[in-house]
Amino acid sequence: MLNLVRPGRNVLSHLGRRLYSSQSAVSFDRTELDSDKIDFKKYLNFNHEIVYNYTKEEIDVENVPTHKTNMCGAINEAMRHAMEKDEKAVVFGEDVAFGGVFRCTIDLMEKFGKDRCFNTPLCEQGIAGFAIGMAAMGYKPIAEFQFADYIYPAFDQIVNEAAKYRYRSGNLFNVGGLTMRAPCSAVGHGGHYHSQSPEAFFAHVPGIKVVVARNPVQAKGLLLSCIEDDNPVLFLEPKKLYRLSASTVPDDAYYLPLSKAEIIKKGTHVTVIGWASQMYVLEEAVKMAEEVGIDCELIDLRTILPWDVETVINSVSKTGRCVIAHEAPHTNGFGAELAATIQEKCFLNLEAPVIRVCGLDTPFPLVHEKYYVPDNLKCFEMIKKVVNY
Amino acid sequence: MLKSVNTLRSLGARTFGQQIALQRSYAKKSTGDGAHTFAIDSKKAYAFHVPHNYQGELGQPSGEVALNKQECLDLYRMMSLIRRFELVSDQQYKQRNIRGFCHLYSGQEAICVGMEKAITRQDAIITAYRDHGYQLCRGGSTESTMGELIGRANGCSKGKGGSMHMYLAESNFYGGNGIVGAQVPVGAGLAFALQYYAKVVNKTDLKNVSFSCYGDGAANQGQVFEAFNMAKLWNLPSIFVCENNKYGMGTSVQRSSGSTEYYKRGDYIPGIRVDAMDIFAVIDACRWAKEHAIKNGPLVMEMETYRYYGHSMSDPGVTYRSKDEIQEVRKHRDPIIRFKDRIVSAGLVTEDELKALDQDVKKEVDEAVEKTLASPLPDDSEIAKDILADEKYTCKGRTIYESYTN
Ligand SMILES: Cc1ncc(C[n+]2csc(CCOP(=O)(O)OP(=O)(O)O)c2C)c(N)n1
Ligand SMILES: [Mg+2]
Repeated sequence: MLNLVRPGRNVLSHLGRRLYSSQSAVSFDRTELDSDKIDFKKYLNFNHEIVYNYTKEEIDVENVPTHKTNMCGAINEAMRHAMEKDEKAVVFGEDVAFGGVFRCTIDLMEKFGKDRCFNTPLCEQGIAGFAIGMAAMGYKPIAEFQFADYIYPAFDQIVNEAAKYRYRSGNLFNVGGLTMRAPCSAVGHGGHYHSQSPEAFFAHVPGIKVVVARNPVQAKGLLLSCIEDDNPVLFLEPKKLYRLSASTVPDDAYYLPLSKAEIIKKGTHVTVIGWASQMYVLEEAVKMAEEVGIDCELIDLRTILPWDVETVINSVSKTGRCVIAHEAPHTNGFGAELAATIQEKCFLNLEAPVIRVCGLDTPFPLVHEKYYVPDNLKCFEMIKKVVNY
Repeated sequence: MLKSVNTLRSLGARTFGQQIALQRSYAKKSTGDGAHTFAIDSKKAYAFHVPHNYQGELGQPSGEVALNKQECLDLYRMMSLIRRFELVSDQQYKQRNIRGFCHLYSGQEAICVGMEKAITRQDAIITAYRDHGYQLCRGGSTESTMGELIGRANGCSKGKGGSMHMYLAESNFYGGNGIVGAQVPVGAGLAFALQYYAKVVNKTDLKNVSFSCYGDGAANQGQVFEAFNMAKLWNLPSIFVCENNKYGMGTSVQRSSGSTEYYKRGDYIPGIRVDAMDIFAVIDACRWAKEHAIKNGPLVMEMETYRYYGHSMSDPGVTYRSKDEIQEVRKHRDPIIRFKDRIVSAGLVTEDELKALDQDVKKEVDEAVEKTLASPLPDDSEIAKDILADEKYTCKGRTIYESYTN
C-alpha cells in the first residue's frame, strides 16, 4: 500500500482524509502507480533546488564566469544589464523603487536613479497604457504588474493597444520596446487572487509574445531577450520559484532564443511538455516513470506565443505519445492549443490520445489547492496511462 | 441656508467653519433616556469640498452625537472586539493556522463601527480586502469570521474565501474584494439598485444608500472615477468612502497621489474629510452623508485614519515609516483610547466597566479560535460548488479521467 505524506498535506492526513488525488469520476487503479516498484518516499521532499542541465548550444556555464543566485536575483540582473546597456530602458510599477513586493527590482533605483526606476500609483490600466506610450516613442519600458492576477485591469491596453499598434498603423508605429513582467502561478495558500496562471488569455492575442521561465538561468537569458525583442512581450515569472529555484548563472548578459522550446531530457517513449513551475513537477514525474522503465522526452515550451511547433511536433512524431501539463484550468488552457496542433500534425504517428494534466475548471481554490494542482503523482499516472494505452 | 451657486460663491473660500451658523442642524437620532450629547469640534474634524457649480444646499454634519450608556458600551465593545480579533489573527497567522494573504484593520476601527452606528442594515456596504472589522460590525459572528480566516467549514464563506472574502447577505455586506478599486463601481451599482427598488419596484421614497469603501491607494484606480461619473449622472445614493490610512502598501500618499485631498477627487461631487480617529465625527458625518445622498445624490468622504500593522502579514510595516510615527498615533490619536476618555470623563461609563468588556471580548475571540480549530476543513464536495448556479455543473478535473460535480 502507498503511504504518502507529502509536504503541505499533513494537515489533512490526521483528519483521515485521502492523501493524494481527488474524487475521480472514473476511479483510477492505484496499483498502476507501481507502489511496489517505486520508493515514493524519496519524492516526498519536493526538491526545489533542482538545477537543470543546460543545453550547451544555447549557453555555456562551464567556461564563463558565473555566480550562484536565485530566480529573483537573475531577473534583477537581467534588468540591470538592460539598463546599463541602453539608457532607453526604464523600470516602473507598484513599489518597484523599493524593490517590489518580491524584491526583483531591488537596488535598481539606487543604481540608476529615480528617473529610471520609479513607483507608479496603483493603476494597472494606466501603467500599461503609459508604458505603451513610452514604447511608441522608441523607449524600452519594463513595466511590472505586482501579480499576474492584477493584470486584468490592463487587459484592454495589452490586447487592443499594445498588440495592434503595429498592425493598425501599417507599421508607422510599434511598441516593440515594451516588456511587461508579472509574477504568476501557485505559491501555496495564495488563494483566488495570488495564484492565477493567465498565459492562455494572452496566447489568444496576435501581436504580442508571451514568455515563461522555469529557473534562474532561463529567467535571465529569456528576460534579456524579451527586453531586446522588437515586439511587446509579456514575461511571466512563477513566483514560487523566486527564492526556491537557485542555480549557477553567468555573470554577463546573455540571450536565450524566444519561440524556441527546450528539450531538457531526450527520451523515446513519451513526450512530456510543460512550462513555468510545472517543470519541477514534471521532472519528478519523469523520474518516477524512469523507475518503471518509461523513457520520457521532457520539453519546456518557454515561449507560449508564438510557440515552437517544430520542436514539439518532431518530438511527438518520434515518441507517438504526449502528456501536457499546466496549472491553469483545463478548459481552454494552452494545452488545448498544443493538443489540437499535435493531433493535426502527428495523427498518423500517435499511439495514444494526447493527454492534458491541468488545474480544475474552478476558480483557484484557497483550501483545496492540493486537489487543484496537477501534481507529480497525477502527471506520473498519466504518463503511465498513455504508455499503456 | 446655502441655496444657489451665487450664495455659495459669495461665501468666498470654502472654509466651512464660517458657514456653520448657516447650516441647518440635523435631527439627532433619538437615543432615549440618559443620553449624553458629545460635541464635535467641527472645524477640526471636518473639511468640505463644494463643487464650483454645486446647486442647492450642502449643509454639514450637526457637530454633535448623543449617546446613552448602553450605546457607548456597545460601540466600545465592538471597537475593542475588532482590535482583539486582529491581534489574535496576527498570532494565529504566526502559528500558521491562518495562511495566505491577510490584512488587519487595527487603528481604523472607528470607521466601520461609526458607519454601522449611523446607518441601518438595509443600507449596503462594500469594501476591499481589509474586511474583518466590517464583517463583525455588520453582525457576523466572531466564530464565523475567525472560521473564514482560518479556512474552516464554520467560516462565513464556508472557508472558501479566506481573510479577504467575507460577506453577509442578511445585512447587506457585499464583501470583501481582492482587486484594488474593483468594489467602487460595484458600490455604485448597489446604489442604483437601491434607487431602482424605491422608484420603480416599490414606488416609495428612497430610504437607503450604499457605502463603497476603498483605500488611498485604490483612489488612483481609473474605475473609481468611472463610478463617480455614473453616480453623479444618475444621482445615485452612493457614498464613496476613501479610507486614507496614509499608505498603499509601502507607498505613502504623497508618493502615490497627484492630490492627496481625496475628498475633492469627486470634482463635481461634493466631498467631506473626516477625522476618522474620532468615532463621534464618523457617526455624525455618516448620518449626514446618508441624508445627503438620499436627497441629493453621491458624496465622497475621506476618512483620515491610520493602520498600525503592516500592509499584510508579510510586511512588518516599519521600512517605509518610522516606529515613532506609529507610536505617535497610537499614543495620541488612537480611536479607542479617545472614545474611552470621552465616555469616561462624561461620567457615562466607568473604567471598570470597560475593562470588563475587554475581558469579555478576549474570551469571545479565544472561544472563536477554539471552536474554529475544532471545526473541519471545508468538505471536498465543495470543490465544484458555487461556481455556476446551474443545478448540475460538472467541471473537468485535472485529467479527462476525473471530474467534479456540484
Ligand atoms: C488591481 C490590484 N493591483 C494591485 C493589488 C495589490 N495590492 C493589494 S492591496 C494594495 C495597496 C492598496 O492600498 P490602499 O488602497 O491604500 O488600501 P489599504 O491597504 O491601505 O487599506 C495593493 C497594491 C491588488 N490587490 N489589486
Ligand atoms: Mg491605504
